[in-house]
Amino acid sequence: MAASDAQNGVSSVRHAFGNVLAFFILLLIGVLAFSIRLFSVIKYESVIHEFDPYFNYRVTQFLTKNGIYDFWNWFDDRTWYPLGRVIGGTVYPGLTLTAGTLWWILNSLNIPLSVETVCVFTAPIFSAFASWATYLLTKEVKGTGAGLTAAILLAMVPSYISRSVAGSYDNEAVAIFALIFTFYLYIKTLNTGSLFYATLNSIAYFYMVCSWGGYTFIINLIPMHALLCIVTGRYSSRLYIAYAPLVVLGTLLASLVPVVGFNAVMTSEHFASFLVFIIIHVVALVYYIKGILSPKMFKVAVALVVSVGLAVCFAMVAVLIALVASSPTKGWSGRSLSLLDPTYASKYIPIIASVSEHQPPTWPSYFMDINVLAFLVPAGIIACFSPLSDASSFVVLYIVTSVYFSGVMVRLMLVLAPAACILSGIALSQAFDVFTRSIKFQLPHLSDHSQVDAGEGSSENVVPNDSVKADKTEDTSKERTSKKSKKKEKEPVEKPLSKSQIKKRLSVLPLETSVVAIILLVLLGAFYVVHSVWAAAEAYSAPSIVLTSHSHDGLHVFDDFREAYAWLSHNTEVDDKVASWWDYGYQTTAMANRTVIVDNNTWNNTHIATVGTAMSSPEKAAWEIFHSLDVKYVLVVFGGLVGYPSDDINKFLWMVRIGGGVFPHIKEPDYLRDGQYRIDSMATPTMLNCLMYKLSYYRFVETDGKAFDRVRRTEIGKKHFKLTHFEEVFTTHHWMVRIYKLKPPKNRIRGKTKKSKSKTSSKTASKRKGLKRNPF
Amino acid sequence: MARSSSKDAQDLFRALWSAYAATPTNLKIIDLYVMFAVFTALIQVVYIALVGSFPFNSFLSGVLSCVGTAVLAVCLRIQVNKENKEFKDLAPERAFADFVLCNLVLHLVIMNFLG
Repeated sequence: MAASDAQNGVSSVRHAFGNVLAFFILLLIGVLAFSIRLFSVIKYESVIHEFDPYFNYRVTQFLTKNGIYDFWNWFDDRTWYPLGRVIGGTVYPGLTLTAGTLWWILNSLNIPLSVETVCVFTAPIFSAFASWATYLLTKEVKGTGAGLTAAILLAMVPSYISRSVAGSYDNEAVAIFALIFTFYLYIKTLNTGSLFYATLNSIAYFYMVCSWGGYTFIINLIPMHALLCIVTGRYSSRLYIAYAPLVVLGTLLASLVPVVGFNAVMTSEHFASFLVFIIIHVVALVYYIKGILSPKMFKVAVALVVSVGLAVCFAMVAVLIALVASSPTKGWSGRSLSLLDPTYASKYIPIIASVSEHQPPTWPSYFMDINVLAFLVPAGIIACFSPLSDASSFVVLYIVTSVYFSGVMVRLMLVLAPAACILSGIALSQAFDVFTRSIKFQLPHLSDHSQVDAGEGSSENVVPNDSVKADKTEDTSKERTSKKSKKKEKEPVEKPLSKSQIKKRLSVLPLETSVVAIILLVLLGAFYVVHSVWAAAEAYSAPSIVLTSHSHDGLHVFDDFREAYAWLSHNTEVDDKVASWWDYGYQTTAMANRTVIVDNNTWNNTHIATVGTAMSSPEKAAWEIFHSLDVKYVLVVFGGLVGYPSDDINKFLWMVRIGGGVFPHIKEPDYLRDGQYRIDSMATPTMLNCLMYKLSYYRFVETDGKAFDRVRRTEIGKKHFKLTHFEEVFTTHHWMVRIYKLKPPKNRIRGKTKKSKSKTSSKTASKRKGLKRNPF
Repeated sequence: MARSSSKDAQDLFRALWSAYAATPTNLKIIDLYVMFAVFTALIQVVYIALVGSFPFNSFLSGVLSCVGTAVLAVCLRIQVNKENKEFKDLAPERAFADFVLCNLVLHLVIMNFLG
C-alpha cells in the first residue's frame, strides 16, 4: 500500500498520517492480542496451566534464585528417581531465560512482581510481539494493508490462543514469535540483500533454536525455499546473502545451545541446509562465470563443467549418504520421523503416540482452530501468485508445508496458524483493495484517483477493527449464510484482481457487487471475531488444574489437584518418592516439591515402562516394583465420581502398552474382553486385579452404594475389596486424586527363624487370598 | 574429440583469465582473501581426514570460521561490486560496516568453542 501511495504521488502529509494511523492500529492490535488472552485469569485465576508449564515455571524459579551458571549445571535429583535428569543440558532454555530476564528487569526497576506472575503473562506479551512480527512479515510480502490485516487475524487466531493464554507458560508461547520473526528477517534480507539483516536473521534463528524443537522447521523450510528459487531460475545475489551466512552462523549458534549441541551438524534434520548450501555456491559460481564470459564461451564452459561437475556431485551425494547411513536411525530423531512417516510413531514409539496432541487432527479441529481462515487461504495463495515474488513464493511454500505438518500432528496446527493468517490477511486486503477501488472509481465525486488509494488504505485497515465492536451481537446463523454466499462470490472476485493490477482502470466491478461483497467480507470478519472470542473465553482458557462445571445447581469448582499436591507437601517427608503416571510428574515436583519416578519429559522409556508395569500388575508384584524404586506414595487420578474423563483409568491402556513394550509379561489382550476395554462385571480378572483398578476404585462403592462410574457410565466390576500392600492416606474432596502409601514390609515373626522365609510368604499369600475372598 | 575439448578448455581459461583481469583491484583482494579462507578450511578438512576429528568443537569452529569468513567475504564482494546493479544504492562503507558486524558475531560465537 505504501508503495502504491508513493507511485500515485500522494502528498507527504497524507502519507505521514497513514503511518501514524498504522502505528496506532498496531498498538491496538498488540493490546487486543494481549487482552484476549486474559480470559483465563479473569475466569479462573492467575495460575500456571497444565503440565509442561509447571516444569518451565520450576526451572524459571531455579534460574531466578540461583543464577544462570547454576542453571546450566543443574542436575535435578528430584525427578526420574533414581536416575535424575540433567536439566541444563536437556531443556530448551529460551522460554525460561526470557521470563527470567523479564523478571530481572522488572525487579531492577523496583517493580516487585513474583516469578509466577511474570511466567503467567509471558505468553500474552509474546503473542502481541508475534502479531507485530506478522505485520512486518506480511508487509514485506504484500504491503502495509495486508500486514495490518494479517496482524489482526493472528492476534486472535484460536489455534495460537490455545497455546498462549495467560498461564500457558510453554515453549510455543515465545517460539511462535521467534518463528515469525525469523521468517520476517529472512524475507527482509531477501528483499534488501543487506548483510546486517542477515546477521539479525541468524540471531533470531538462534533465539528460535533456544526456544523450541520446532526450529528444524525453519532450517528445512528456508533451504527448501532457496532451492525453489534456484530451480525456478529466480537465483539472485540477494538470495545468496540471505541464505549462505544464515547457514554458517545459524549452525554455529545452534550448536551453542546445549540441548542441540553437535546435533546441529550431525543429524539429518540439518543436512538439507548443508546440501543447499553447497548447491547455492555452485549456482553462484555458475552465475558469476556466466556474467564475465561471452555467451559462446559460456556454452563451452557448461559442456566442460557438466561432465566434471556431475562426477563431483555424485561423490558428494555418496559421501552424504554414507554419513547419513552411518548414524543410527539414519540420523533422524523419532519425533521427526513420525512427521515424515505419520504411521511411524504408532508403530514404534507408543510414548509419542500416547500423547493426544501428537495424534492427527480431525476435520472439525481445522474449523475450530483457524475458522474462516481455512476458506481465505486459497484466495491468499492465488493473490500470492499475482505477481509472484521471492517473498510471496516463500509464504506459499510455508503454507503448503505447514498444512502437511498440521495434518500429521494436532500440535503443529500452531505452525499452520501464522501462515494461514498471513495468507488470509493478503486475501482480505487484496479483496478490499479491488472493491474499494471500483467503488471509488464509479462514484463520480471521488474520481480523483490520487485520493483513492490513500483513503482506501486506511479504511481497509480499520474495517476489521470496527467489526470487532459493532458486529459482536450479530446473529450467527445469518453470518453463516452470508459466509456461504460470500464463498461463491469469492471465486470470481479473485481473477479480476490479478488483472486489475495490470490494467487498473479497465476492469472495474459493478458498484452494487462491490458494496455487497464488502459487506459480506466484513460479516465474515465479524464471524471470525465472534468465534475467536468464544474460543478464547470458553474453549481454551481452562487451566486444567482447576476444573469447573456448570450444572443445574450452579457452578462447581474442582480444585482437587492442588488439594492433593498441598497435602503431599505438608504431610510427607521432603525426600519421599511419589509414583504416578508420567503426566503428573511435572506438577508433583513443581507443586508438591516431592521426588517423582517419571515425568512429562519422557526421555527414558524403560523407566516409564517400569511404572506402567507396576500399575498393570497385581498388588503384590506392584508393591515389589515400587518398593525397589524406594517409592513411598502412589498417586492416581480418578474421575469416576465427578465424570472427569482424562483420568488414569482412561489412560490405563497406554500404561499397559508402554509397559508391555519393555516387559513382555504384560500383555494387552489380558486387559481386554473381546477387544473391548471395560471395567464392569465383564472385565477380565487381570484387569480387575491390577493395581490401577484397585487404587482407583478402592472404597468407591461407599460413595453411592452402587459404585457407578460416571466416566465409563457403568457400574464397576468388583466393588468390595481390600488392599493388602497399600493403604489409603488421602483422597481429595471430589475423589479426583487419591494417594496411597506403601505398607512397610512385614516383620519376620519371632521364633520361626529358620523356616520363616518360605512360610511367611506362603502365609501372607494365603492370608491375602482369604481377605480377597471375604467380600464375596 | 579429446583434442577439441582440450583446445576449448584452453580457450575457455584464456577467456576467463582475460575477463577476470578486468576486475578492479579491491575485488581481487577480496578474492584472494576468500581463496585463503577456503584454502585454510581445506587444510583442516584434510587434517581431519588424516588424523580424526577428536576435539570436535575445535574442528567445528575451525572449519566453520573459515567457511563463514569466506561466505561473508563473498557477500561483501557481491555488495561492493560496481557491476552488480542490485546494490547500486548501497554505499561500500555501509557494506563494509555490515561485513564487520557480521564477522564480529561470527567470531564471538567461534570463541565459545575454544578449549
